[in-house]
Parts: sequence; C-alpha cells; structure tokens
Amino acid sequence: MIRARRLRRGRDGSWQLRLPAAERDLLRTLPSQVRQLIEAGDDSTRRLFPPAYADDVAAESEYRQMVGRSILASHTEALRIMESTVDAAMLDDEELNAWLGALNDLRLVLGTRLDVSEEFVPLPPGHSLAPAMATYSYLSMLQEQVVIALASGFEK
Amino acid sequence: MPSANPATAPTRRDLPTPRSDREADRPWVVIVWNDPINLMSYVTFVFQKLFGYSRAHATKLMLDVHQRGRAVVSSGPRERAELDVMRLHEHGLWATMEHDV
Repeated sequence: MIRARRLRRGRDGSWQLRLPAAERDLLRTLPSQVRQLIEAGDDSTRRLFPPAYADDVAAESEYRQMVGRSILASHTEALRIMESTVDAAMLDDEELNAWLGALNDLRLVLGTRLDVSEEFVPLPPGHSLAPAMATYSYLSMLQEQVVIALASGFEK
Repeated sequence: MPSANPATAPTRRDLPTPRSDREADRPWVVIVWNDPINLMSYVTFVFQKLFGYSRAHATKLMLDVHQRGRAVVSSGPRERAELDVMRLHEHGLWATMEHDV
C-alpha cells in the first residue's frame, strides 16, 4: 500500500484531503452500508455499543435508556458527515474529527466481521475475505494518518 | 492514577456516616479494556482529547490497556463515571465502570 500523506494542513488551518479517486469511491460506499447495518441491528455493529456495566443487568438497562440514543446519534452523525464530504478538497477540524470517528466505526464493524486479532495474519491471494481485509488495512492506514494530523493540535 | 475530576474526590470525615452514605462515597472507576481493533495511536488520542491528559500519561494508560488488558482511566462519583463511559463509547472504546473496592 502506498503510504503517501493523505492530509496536509493548509495555511488557513483547514486540512487538504489528498485522496485518489479510487479511495474516495471506496469511502463513498462504506458509511451508508454501516449505517444500514446499525439500523438493522446487525450483530457486526455490537462493538459500537459496548456495555457500561458488565455484571449489572438493571444498571446496564438504565444506562442504555439514558444514553443509548446519544451514542447512536454520535456514530451515525460521524458517518453522515464523512459521506457528505467524501469528495471535499478541504476539511475543517470538526469534519476531520467526524472522519476519525467514522473511520473507527467502519474498522470496528469490518474488524468484527473479519474477526481480526492483534497479530496480523495475511490472507492468501484469492481468499474470499482478502478484499475485505485489504479494505480494513487501508482504513487502518488512513485512520492512523488522521490521528497523527489531529494529535498535532495537542502539542501547541 | 490521577482522577479526571480531583475536585470531587472523596474527602475524609470526622464523624461516622451511615453505611449507605459510605457506599455512595466509594468512587467508581472507569476501565478501558484491550481490543484487537482500536489503534494504539487512536486510544492515546482519545485519552488526551477526553481527559486532557498529557501525551506521556495518555500513552502510559494506552500501554497498560494494551499489555495488561485493562486500565483505569478515570474515577469519581457515579454520574461522572457514567459520563466518561458514555464519551468513551461515543469514541468506540470498550469501556466499563465498576464500584472501586
């Protein structure tokens, strides 16, 4: 994978998004797919909604009732922003933060589907999951770049 | 582990308090668990962003999560802990809370 820098800070503080067309096409389709999986309550989205109380069913149910809607909205809003700015030349900080959240959500869902482990195991070419794994690796690379870009803001 | 909200840390009392009050005073801890998907750099970033921790402290907590499987990232009253867990969940981290023992 070519690890050219996908982000560059512009003079006005916004972020120049340097994505080849093929990458934008990939990113265009993924957020809506994941939003549909969320709406359908698909099991692959479970990592977006982890339990707060591991051993207390009543407290967990209360927690869900109190904040479940807000957590759901936070995920879907980030995906929506990424979808609507996928062709943008520049992103502001807020939009790039949304991209960061959306990229993480895409990886959580894809990684759950692929059952990834900490040790990277390359799949043989032709394996049915090889394309999905390539997408996962690409998203990881892009997310890493977004983290580095936004983390630079903490050092001021 | 420094508290995310030192101002609300329990203070010593001179008079004995009813058991239920003492229960309520025991702080809650927010725990982040290791998972194979979240990037190490992202986890460090989220700790800095949500809790205002230094890069060094956020990195230490991230390494605790990565190497030991879990780390306490904040503590305080229940409402505060619940808010921290919610913000961590919004960021896709695997966080739970429990009463400190």
